[in-house]
Amino acid sequence: MIIKTKKFTRRRVLRGMLEGSAVAVTLPFLDVFLNDEGSALAATGSPLPLRFGTWFWGLGMNPKIFVPRNIGMDFDLPEEIAVLKDVKKHLNLFTNFRIPTDNKPNLCHYSGWVALRSGATPSGRRDLPNESLDMPIANAIGGGTPFRMLNFAATGNPRDSYSFRSADAINPPEISAIEVYQKLFGQEFHDPNSSSFTPDAAMKLRKSVLSGVLEDSKSMYKTLGVNDKARLDQHYTALRELEGRLELQMQKPPPALSCLKPSKSPEEIQVGLDSRSVEARHKAMTDLLVMALACKQTNVFNMLYSNSASSLTREGLPDVHHNITHEELIDEVLGIQVQSSWFLREAFKSFAYFVDALARQPEGDGFLIDNVLVYAHSDNESAKTHVLDGTPMFTVGGAGGRLNTGLHIDGKGDVATRLGYTVQRVMGLPIDNWGSGSLRTSREISEILA
Amino acid sequence: MKFALFTLRLTILIIAAMVYSSAIASTTTERPHNEEPEVSGASPSMRLLSQSQYKNSIAAIFGPQISSNVRFSPVQRIGGLEAIGARSIIVTIGALEPLENSARMISAQIVSEANRDLLIPCQPSAAIKRDDNCAKIFLSRAGRLLFRRHLSDVELKNVVNVAGASAEQAGDFYDGLSQALAYLLISPKFLYIQENFEADPEQPNYWHLDGYSKASRLSFFLWDAAPDSRLLDAAERGDLSTQEGLHREVKRLLASPRLEQGVRAFFEDMLIVEAFDLLTKDPIIYPAFTSQAVTDAREQMLMTISDHLIAREGDYRDLFVTRNTFMSRALAVVYRVPAHVGPVDWVPFEFSENDHRGGLLTLVGFLARYSHPGRTSPTNRGRGLRETLLCQHVPDPPPNVNFELFENSTAERKTARQRLEAHSSNPICAGCHRLTDPLGLVLEKFDGAGQYRETENGAPIDTSGSVNRVPVSDAIELGETLHDDPALTSCLVSRVYSYGTGRELSNDDGQLLDYFDREFENSDYRFVDLLESTVTSDAFFKVEVDDDLLAMENRNDYQD
Repeated sequence: MIIKTKKFTRRRVLRGMLEGSAVAVTLPFLDVFLNDEGSALAATGSPLPLRFGTWFWGLGMNPKIFVPRNIGMDFDLPEEIAVLKDVKKHLNLFTNFRIPTDNKPNLCHYSGWVALRSGATPSGRRDLPNESLDMPIANAIGGGTPFRMLNFAATGNPRDSYSFRSADAINPPEISAIEVYQKLFGQEFHDPNSSSFTPDAAMKLRKSVLSGVLEDSKSMYKTLGVNDKARLDQHYTALRELEGRLELQMQKPPPALSCLKPSKSPEEIQVGLDSRSVEARHKAMTDLLVMALACKQTNVFNMLYSNSASSLTREGLPDVHHNITHEELIDEVLGIQVQSSWFLREAFKSFAYFVDALARQPEGDGFLIDNVLVYAHSDNESAKTHVLDGTPMFTVGGAGGRLNTGLHIDGKGDVATRLGYTVQRVMGLPIDNWGSGSLRTSREISEILA
Repeated sequence: MKFALFTLRLTILIIAAMVYSSAIASTTTERPHNEEPEVSGASPSMRLLSQSQYKNSIAAIFGPQISSNVRFSPVQRIGGLEAIGARSIIVTIGALEPLENSARMISAQIVSEANRDLLIPCQPSAAIKRDDNCAKIFLSRAGRLLFRRHLSDVELKNVVNVAGASAEQAGDFYDGLSQALAYLLISPKFLYIQENFEADPEQPNYWHLDGYSKASRLSFFLWDAAPDSRLLDAAERGDLSTQEGLHREVKRLLASPRLEQGVRAFFEDMLIVEAFDLLTKDPIIYPAFTSQAVTDAREQMLMTISDHLIAREGDYRDLFVTRNTFMSRALAVVYRVPAHVGPVDWVPFEFSENDHRGGLLTLVGFLARYSHPGRTSPTNRGRGLRETLLCQHVPDPPPNVNFELFENSTAERKTARQRLEAHSSNPICAGCHRLTDPLGLVLEKFDGAGQYRETENGAPIDTSGSVNRVPVSDAIELGETLHDDPALTSCLVSRVYSYGTGRELSNDDGQLLDYFDREFENSDYRFVDLLESTVTSDAFFKVEVDDDLLAMENRNDYQD
């Protein structure tokens, strides 16, 4: 193959990308992505887009005090999730779903979340067999906003991300609320409700620089092998996405009546994995995320409360949460691991805050949560013995009227990927199955579909 | 099996040493002959700069007053090193955004009124409009250093046009120049170390890196920064293709003060030093282990390493027994030694002959890094030692295993040793714990923050253990035993070669590693000599190319 003889046009590069396995090209914004309610075209005449997000916590749950006895609408809230009482109506809980590994090893605190995010179980610690489901969703609905996707890690650890195109292309998370504020509401933010708009001349220059870089660096193709060409293609994709964001920011943003720029940057939060610091970081990031959604800064997000083998600590305890799940004795009277459950209850307290924040934010005739679908899950059922089957999952929000909420669904041993498949279908992806091996499914969870 | 291999290797080394000893005795200046084996190379790579390589390059090219406060996205460790992961990492939008921001921040600083007279070697005819001549002078120089090769005519024309067009738009020459600099800094040609190859004129079907690629590989390896102008000059003259020219430049790089940042970067990667970024201890259990102590514990390890290996030209193995280190005021509290007074943050420090500490393993950095927030972890310490210092893999625990007995801190199980015995009695756990615990238990007299103690829960601590079945009684003996373990030096040798080349090693590399092992031994385990023998080997620059790459008629025209 003699590359030099071929002209590299944008069209050709795009075609090359599409022929490859990894692409991230914005699809046109279709009616299917708007909500079905009369509120879709709110008072401004602007459509209210659907938003998608994930929420993750590590180390599962204690089945004895987590799994409700009742199925369906009037499900009970056992003590480990009692804190969800006020937000129960906005979510669905999924238990008793299975994650078969097809004779692959159960890689502790890894196989579970990889399966639920990608529909496939990994063979090794560095294996991420498919892209995570937020990627195709972001391709579908992430366009038209400055940020195709926002990722947050309340742990403050830049390695904590479960959003990926491949094992070599993991989307890095935001780890500082202050940096998030600067990114979303700093100098580049334009109030969508302002009557005036002056394009920032610097944006044009920046975009022009990126365009020049794209054009110039094509000469690198001449000496690259196949794998490196593919990597460069993906680098170009990132450059084009950045170009697209700058282009959007040179235009007057669409109105967003409920958008109100936070008046000040969050306070500095001490580095570390102490539960109080993580809670504070999660709260600050959630507040910024909610306003970013209201201000139409993004349509897709990933929020990580704790990592899969959670490293969170509690003042006065010598171990991290992960160690405690393995080494703490089961209380003879209560029949549970008390300290371990404390960490989980803290996670669900933050989850309740997160759901409530979406529910409190007005939008159109209703609230932001009406137009959101959040897919929340952990990495295993019981962390003590790394049980995958029964890994708890939630959905949050009405997804523009497409989902019923307030339900407890018993999976009865069906594969857990049914929820991931359902989520993608609800978000409008034209797929008729999802997952690999035993995890492949073409069955939605119809009980939650409106 | 592993032990048998260690023993065999040790025996071979001993026999080799005996054979060579007579030669050494007869002539003290000549070293034993050690012939480099023929090996296959790896394909040319396109490695993403690391965060430190980026920052060091900017500081070296434009001066330390130009700050680059950028945070790179994490790179996956492959074969124990991020340097190998950099070969396959893909830059996503989330990773690119901070790089673009950084490019603009750096560019603005360079053209600022405070810096422009120092860094820009010409003045525009008028500051409010474009001046292509001045832009060309500056950008050709900066571009050569950033791209690590001269810019082609087309490239130079393009970047000068960016400067000119931007200057016209902004009405400011320096604004235009700033945009052009950002253009260079965000270019994949700067962000990736792209390697190219050429044929060896004397050996058909033998390929090695071209001069510019050799310069980059040398400089990023030894200095953790882009090549300087002299090294690029040498590459352009073809000096790096001759033994004499290559050795001359290698000597210069190794003699430079900048070697220290290269050595630190290597050990930061090998020892997974970024783990300190999130290291905290429970403030109630370990009140002395403040955030400043964390920062200083990391720095103490790196200072000790670079001082011993570079300034003292010490034997690498002695790093595990040396009593020399450095002390800060925050660490003095943790070590329970008198804090120094005076304006300096650090002072040299030597543990006394009868101290319980000596060597890298007894520094707070290692001890606290492989512990829990409020207690020790003999298993983590043993695993950390095996995996990072001996390059030995310790398997994950099986999914379904009961650890409860470890928590049961009763009258019968007051110490970690007593609690870990529960694992040893469980055949599922015992296999791996036999690899880790005998090493980690030797360090039990240092608590989870690395502070010395005699008892745990009121019970005396027994520090007896073993390294590959060689009994040791305390931390000092552990260091001494490790000192004599051939796996210690062979691990370093393999990591150095992998780090420098970005290659994950395979079974086919055994002979080559044996060669480097012997070279290292012949140099009395001087680390700088190991660097020299590595970069001057044929293998270091050798590449394998596939048919697709060979078919590219213009493979050397990457700068067009």
